[in-house]
Amino acid sequence: MLVNVFTRPEKRKVYKKLIVDEIDKIGIQSLGIVALLSLFMGAVVTLQTAANIDSGWIPKWTIGFTTRQTMILEFSSTIVCLILSGKVGSNIASEIGTMRISEQIDAMDIMGVNSASYLILPKIIAAMIIFPFMVIMAMACGITAGAMIGSSTGVISLTDYNYGLTYYFEPFQVSYTLIKSVVFAFIITTVSSYHGYYTKGGALQVGQSSTRAVVYSIVLIMIANYILTQLLLL
Amino acid sequence: MIEVKDISKSFDGNHVLKNITVEFFPGKVNFIIGRSGSGKSVLTKCIVGLMEVDKGEIVFDGRSFTKMDRWDRRIVRQEMGMLFQGSALFDSMTVEENVMFPLKMFSKMSAGEMKDRVNFCLERVNLQGKNHLYPSEISGGMQKRTGIARAISMNPKYLFCDEPNSGLDPQTAIVIDNLIKEITYEFNITTVVVSHDMNSVIEIGDYINFIYQGELWWKGDKKEILKTQNDELNNFVFPSEFMKEIKEVLRDGRG
Ligand SMILES: Nc1ncnc2c1ncn2[C@@H]1O[C@H](COP(=O)(O)OP(=O)(O)O)[C@@H](O)[C@H]1O
Ligand SMILES: [Mg+2]
Repeated sequence: MLVNVFTRPEKRKVYKKLIVDEIDKIGIQSLGIVALLSLFMGAVVTLQTAANIDSGWIPKWTIGFTTRQTMILEFSSTIVCLILSGKVGSNIASEIGTMRISEQIDAMDIMGVNSASYLILPKIIAAMIIFPFMVIMAMACGITAGAMIGSSTGVISLTDYNYGLTYYFEPFQVSYTLIKSVVFAFIITTVSSYHGYYTKGGALQVGQSSTRAVVYSIVLIMIANYILTQLLLL
Repeated sequence: MIEVKDISKSFDGNHVLKNITVEFFPGKVNFIIGRSGSGKSVLTKCIVGLMEVDKGEIVFDGRSFTKMDRWDRRIVRQEMGMLFQGSALFDSMTVEENVMFPLKMFSKMSAGEMKDRVNFCLERVNLQGKNHLYPSEISGGMQKRTGIARAISMNPKYLFCDEPNSGLDPQTAIVIDNLIKEITYEFNITTVVVSHDMNSVIEIGDYINFIYQGELWWKGDKKEILKTQNDELNNFVFPSEFMKEIKEVLRDGRG
């Protein structure tokens, strides 16, 4: 399948339009949930850190620092992608799986269309383009929410928070998380497309494919997360 | 002409097709009939290359499809149209987009030309004005007709129909059957229809091939089928006692 996916796209114009459509389906339509989760996560991390450093000799700016590290290193890429694997992955697997069992994929093959490439390539490319932007948005939302909650509840002043945010800031950590998101995007789209494309049977099997797509995506994301962290951060 | 030469196909020891040799002629409606599970769909899928044969060869107008690689096959495939049992319309696309899909993928037509071609095909199947409806918004008969319009949009030389009127009421079924027949004659298409519906066979069949337990058991035209002495075919064509009586009456009436 993967070989077919990357061979000879039929018409560039058709593919461009498909990619734009997929960016909308995979990315834009998930912005809401990603923003919501990031806002709450940023707020919670800020409050939890504040609650844990009562002891006085740990400086307040640690709160900003911790929120930043959590949001940038893990939450914005790994956690967000895990959530997206549930939403996007099951969506892709059931869409392609339904096309398989209703013979829509056969119909494409009969016409001479490279169905694997037509259905899957745009999704992979779209996800790899849009995921990094969603990750940046997640970081921004989380950090902003932390600042707002921190100052409005009075656990930390904005000045302290900002000092923490910029303390020992390594830009590479942002690159690291963006790289991760691109890899996770690839994992989610290929794994889910694979399970959808090779669905056999009926509606029940489409459901099973979509569950399997999510489970395998999650496991692979966790493994990739570990490997990338070891490769990039150490 | 499509020549199927001595093909066999099995699934883990289950021999579904056994040494089948059969020909399909241009400008004719060629039927493959047989009971459910006799291997009709597998035979069709082997012919169009959705399944690989274990043995034998399939030749489209002198070109051996079996021996071609993927890329050459795709060229032959652009000369094929297929009407699927469940219509297999792309449900994220409108009727118009469905019919336009092959044109978009393969033709060098301008947008205007494509639109004209789509409207021509839709008119041909009596669906003018339904351009912007989605498959879920039209009836089963209309879905089949959309399927036909999509199948003929690229001016196919070969048209395959798997149980074209399953799930349709008898009257709609006849409309679809006649549409297939007219299109076949009009555009000189080599049409292969898979069916177990004797009504369509008698209505539009030019040549009939009867598959029994994975073998080509009988072939002939529709006059011959009514007179056949072949027991298995007789049981298929006249399954009930009532039908057998009709057969007697027919024979006596003519004899
Ligand atoms: N993909 C497949 N894998 C295994 N067995 C199959 C497959 N497709 C069809 N068969 C078997 O081949 C036989 C013929 O099926 P089919 O050609 O669909 O019958 P029909 O004549 O009703 O169209 C059946 O026994 C079916 O179980
Ligand atoms: Mg069948």
